[in-house]
Amino acid sequence: MVVDELADGTVDELFHALADPTRRDILRRCAAGEPSVSRLAQAYPMSFAAVQKHVAVLERAGLITKTRHGREQLVRTDGDAVVRARRALDELETIWRGRVDRMSSLLGKGAARQGKTSTKGRSG
Amino acid sequence: MSITSVDVDHDNLTMTLIADFDAPIDQVWELWSDPRKLERWWGPPGYPATVEKHDLTPGGEKLRGMWRVTAVDPPSSLEFIDAFADSEWAPIADMPTHTVRVELSEREGGTRMEMRSTFESPEDMEILVKMGMVEGLRGAAAQMDPLLA
Repeated sequence: MVVDELADGTVDELFHALADPTRRDILRRCAAGEPSVSRLAQAYPMSFAAVQKHVAVLERAGLITKTRHGREQLVRTDGDAVVRARRALDELETIWRGRVDRMSSLLGKGAARQGKTSTKGRSG
Repeated sequence: MSITSVDVDHDNLTMTLIADFDAPIDQVWELWSDPRKLERWWGPPGYPATVEKHDLTPGGEKLRGMWRVTAVDPPSSLEFIDAFADSEWAPIADMPTHTVRVELSEREGGTRMEMRSTFESPEDMEILVKMGMVEGLRGAAAQMDPLLA
């Protein structure tokens, strides 16, 4: 996810989608497997229609995709888990680089050391 | 640049960042301990983290994002669990959390900051980073507002 790629409407939808505990739970289940909408519905004390609505909100926010498989609708998150985890860590690094830059500014000019900057990634 | 290294460990879901500042350790510590300073760098520009309650003692809290401080030893170390609170400042129980450990040390007349961020699971990490990005995006949007008015 690149900041520039997202329009304001998408940001609101994303925030709205992540702000609900049921939807976060659905997201976790979909990251771990590829459940059908009906299987998801069995996991919550709410109607099938209500779960379907949650799934629709997540889909609009671009967090999951639905694919038809026979009579079932399968729900999954975008990309495979390893790629997504890597992307999330990269985004976290971006967040922290911004934070350290702001810390340097607050400490005053000259507080930031000139020196070698290295970035190493480790993956398995 | 003040970032000396960033080490991302995909297997253990941790990110370790080392930054060196040409400032005394007490000044760097204040960036963490003084809520007025903290809110100027924690959130992205235009989206200052609103720090309403900030108490760097074990059990102390910073709300929305909320910190549950688990260990503190001024001015050299701080460990907290970064969590989320709702609009009424009540903790959101099932919201994923992550642990942040910060260590400051004096080094070559300046201060070295080592920050390690640890997540419980890849799913939790994804959700949290997305929330973090959303904060950033909202900040960018807020900065644009005056320009568009």
